[in-house]
Amino acid sequence: MDMPILSIVIWLPIAGGLLLLAVGERAAMGRWLALGVSIAALLASIPLYAGFDSSTAAMQFVERTPWIATYNVDYYLGVDGISMPLILLTTFITVLVVISAWTVIQHRSSQYFASFLILEGLMNGVFASLDAMLFYVFWEAMLIPMFIIIGVWGGPRRVYATLKFFLYTFLGSVLMLVALVYMYLQAGSYEIAAFQDMGLGMREQTLIFFAFLVAFAVKVPMWPVHTWLPDAHVEAPTGGSVILAAIMLKMGGYGFLRFSLPVTPDASMSYDWLIIGLSLIAVVYIGFVALVQTDMKKLIAYSSIAHMGFVTLGLFLAYAIQVRTGALGGAVMGLEGGMVQMISHGLVSGAMFLCVGVLYDRMHSREIADYGGVANTMPWFAAFMVLFALANAGLPGTSGFVGEFLVILASFNASPWYAFLAGTTLVLGAAYTLWMVKRVLYGEVANDNVAALTDLNGREFLVLGILALAVLLLGLWPAPLLEVMGPTIQHLLEQMVQSKL
Amino acid sequence: MNPVPAFTMPDFWPAAAEIAVLCMACLVLIVDLFLDDRRRWVTYALCQFTLLLAAWLTAFVVPADGQLTFSGTFVSDPLARVLKLFSYAAVAAVFLYSKGYLRERNLFKGEYYLLGLFATLGMMVIISAHSMLTLYLGLELLSLCLYAMVAFSRDDPVAAEAAMKYFVLGAIASGCFLFGVSVIYGLTGSLDIAEIGRAARTLDGLNIHLLFGLSFVLVGVAFKLGAVPFHMWIPDVYQGAPTPVTLFIGSAAKLGSFALLMRVLVEGLGPLQSSWGGMMLVLCILSIGLGNIVAIAQTNLKRMLAYSTISHVGFILMGVLTGTTLGYRAAMYYTLAYVIMALAGFGMILLLSRRGFEADQLDDFRGLNARSPWFAGVMLVVMFSMAGVPPFLGFWAKLAVLGAAVDAGLTWLAVLGVLFSVIGAFYYLRVVKLMYFDEPADSGALTAAPDLRFALSFNGVLILLLGIWPQGLIAVCNQVLNF
Repeated sequence: MDMPILSIVIWLPIAGGLLLLAVGERAAMGRWLALGVSIAALLASIPLYAGFDSSTAAMQFVERTPWIATYNVDYYLGVDGISMPLILLTTFITVLVVISAWTVIQHRSSQYFASFLILEGLMNGVFASLDAMLFYVFWEAMLIPMFIIIGVWGGPRRVYATLKFFLYTFLGSVLMLVALVYMYLQAGSYEIAAFQDMGLGMREQTLIFFAFLVAFAVKVPMWPVHTWLPDAHVEAPTGGSVILAAIMLKMGGYGFLRFSLPVTPDASMSYDWLIIGLSLIAVVYIGFVALVQTDMKKLIAYSSIAHMGFVTLGLFLAYAIQVRTGALGGAVMGLEGGMVQMISHGLVSGAMFLCVGVLYDRMHSREIADYGGVANTMPWFAAFMVLFALANAGLPGTSGFVGEFLVILASFNASPWYAFLAGTTLVLGAAYTLWMVKRVLYGEVANDNVAALTDLNGREFLVLGILALAVLLLGLWPAPLLEVMGPTIQHLLEQMVQSKL
Repeated sequence: MNPVPAFTMPDFWPAAAEIAVLCMACLVLIVDLFLDDRRRWVTYALCQFTLLLAAWLTAFVVPADGQLTFSGTFVSDPLARVLKLFSYAAVAAVFLYSKGYLRERNLFKGEYYLLGLFATLGMMVIISAHSMLTLYLGLELLSLCLYAMVAFSRDDPVAAEAAMKYFVLGAIASGCFLFGVSVIYGLTGSLDIAEIGRAARTLDGLNIHLLFGLSFVLVGVAFKLGAVPFHMWIPDVYQGAPTPVTLFIGSAAKLGSFALLMRVLVEGLGPLQSSWGGMMLVLCILSIGLGNIVAIAQTNLKRMLAYSTISHVGFILMGVLTGTTLGYRAAMYYTLAYVIMALAGFGMILLLSRRGFEADQLDDFRGLNARSPWFAGVMLVVMFSMAGVPPFLGFWAKLAVLGAAVDAGLTWLAVLGVLFSVIGAFYYLRVVKLMYFDEPADSGALTAAPDLRFALSFNGVLILLLGIWPQGLIAVCNQVLNF
């Protein structure tokens, strides 16, 4: 009998979180417990990579037991090349979030750590579920800890931001719920594979496609339903921003990969122009919006939207390529680029938010105008921030480059115009990121507060150092990641061009 | 000359639980006379014992194979058994939750518990009714007890006003119901529910007289349920009545209303589903819409929960109106789930109340997390469950109803329902916001008695556990409604 690794990765953090709540507010004990549990979850997730068979697109580490017999719902877990890297990302980022909040959160710190641990388990559940109802339960339950995190430990407008976050996401998901129920009644089971295999008429597909679109577009977020994100990011505590940007946004992209493309391929094909259009708007327009931000967190939030635009663009390029060239050359590149971009953005945006968090802990301001010349007082910090900023702008050698490059290459096959518009991100991304870096880090020391800044402490150095290594590793040597997801992407591509009519 | 039919002794066993409750209630009534205020707990203990006795009888002694008795006016079937057992549990919880509150307000009198027992008896009669007359008998017994209970806090003008409203509107509803029944009797020549069902099947479904009678019956039922536009009494009564009474009306009494719905419309007038389905559709949409929207504007928690009840009733109706077994099962599951959630929700108000202080304003929940993280957690579970967020019980109830609606080809209704529930989520979230994001106005520790704390904690944990393992309760509903 194999170890139920996926169950451990899901339930260990949740149990740890509940234990932490039971322990109550004993700060020192609470944070060590949180660190221990999060590291244990990370260690537990490593066998997922080590034991992964990257020659097949089949689900691995499968666990299946009946859960709700009446509705034919199973407790059905498994991972493939798409979900496995995302689970690793989740367990990895959570450890960093716990460390980064070590002494920063004074107010009810046990509840803070407990929320993140429970959130971690639920997010792993989303990625590991192969049963649509199980997926939905995790997907929705995840909102509760995040609602609490933003609302309790957030900034001044936290109540507005967290309510907006919750209601936006809830609105998106309930429509998906109706779609899932509809498909269940057709297929007789909530198994995702059954949804992918069932035939659906064009009208059904279109309605289901749009129900999914609302749910996932809000999560990604795509223009024009992105407005909750800047608010949520700005008001959330650093850890909340990191998790939001690094993992929660990926769920939208994951949803497209797992549901929209394989379940409603014909509708996806006929509405690919919509997704591609919205993605390009996100890349270009939101890039300009990011340029004018005066708040660092808001700027990174908008840059997240622009980068996630690349993900959705990459995912839906296959159809445009097929229509234009009659073949699928380059389509795999688009999908792979989208996936790599998701992982990379998880690392880079997480790191950027942590950098802002480092500054915010010292100065209690996120306004760019309050800073200037930080590099003079915090040289180590400046070195890290410049690295992450360059990765954010897509510098070759960093992880940010790989995903963007693959997507732009793929979009050339679809239309040079797509490539041209997508390529503007190289200019815009560099502009808004580096301009912010210039204003914050360089120049004369702006004021006494900046002059009094102290450089990174050991804990912060550790967190940013680990992230920097990961960003460089993925940028210089993306092969292991591409190899792991290869067969799954190939399989997905076959599914998404296979008509169901 | 016909021989005089011999009087045969009816079989009393199917009604053993009712008889036991009645006898015990009379006994308690007498015992209570001889107790002084210090020993009033004896009344309380006797009432709880009565419920326990009735539960034992219902579960192990009374046959539940659909046996009729009292000339076919009384039935004891699996549906009756399950609904009765749930009623006992709900009433027992209501009694327990209310004890401390009543004692602190010098309302710890035998009357509350006795009226509660008689109301329970009324519910049991409704649940087991197999004739329109039995049904009406139970309905009136339940309603009259509830009117008196609302007015029970004698010197409170708000409660008196609420009781008056409740009485007048309730009397109109009963009148409507009775009038409808009389029309149906005139057409079918019978008061027996099965007989009416048979007659309705043979009559033309568009028989105008039958529809006329049906409309009046439906209005009466909708009044009792509190479906829009017959909901006007709900907010006032919920707010005006003493909280223990609100708890009774808001939770346990819902089982009676559901039984009424099942017995009259499904078992009796089931063949007319194509007619009442449409009427109920209107009630359903209006209830879900109005309940969720108006609840947002409330500052009083009892009133907010009143509007939330209205919206939940809309969801129950959504299950029933489909006219399918799947729908009836879903509606029953929803009702049971709602009763469990409502018990915990109103129970929280009782928990926070203390001598001279009613915790019925939303603001009274401000900063509860700082005062008691555990009970803030319980309320969080209740609120998210009512909002229909997984993994709590309320989500599965909503899912069952939505599934029934989609299955019946009413996908648009399901979409409408979920959209309104997003609006509804807002006011539940507001309670969570008050508890977690705000600092408390008074930081005193909670003073509630240990038994209340324990029962309420159990109630909250139950909502979570039934959400993680929903199969049990779903299976119960499926087994009971098996036609």
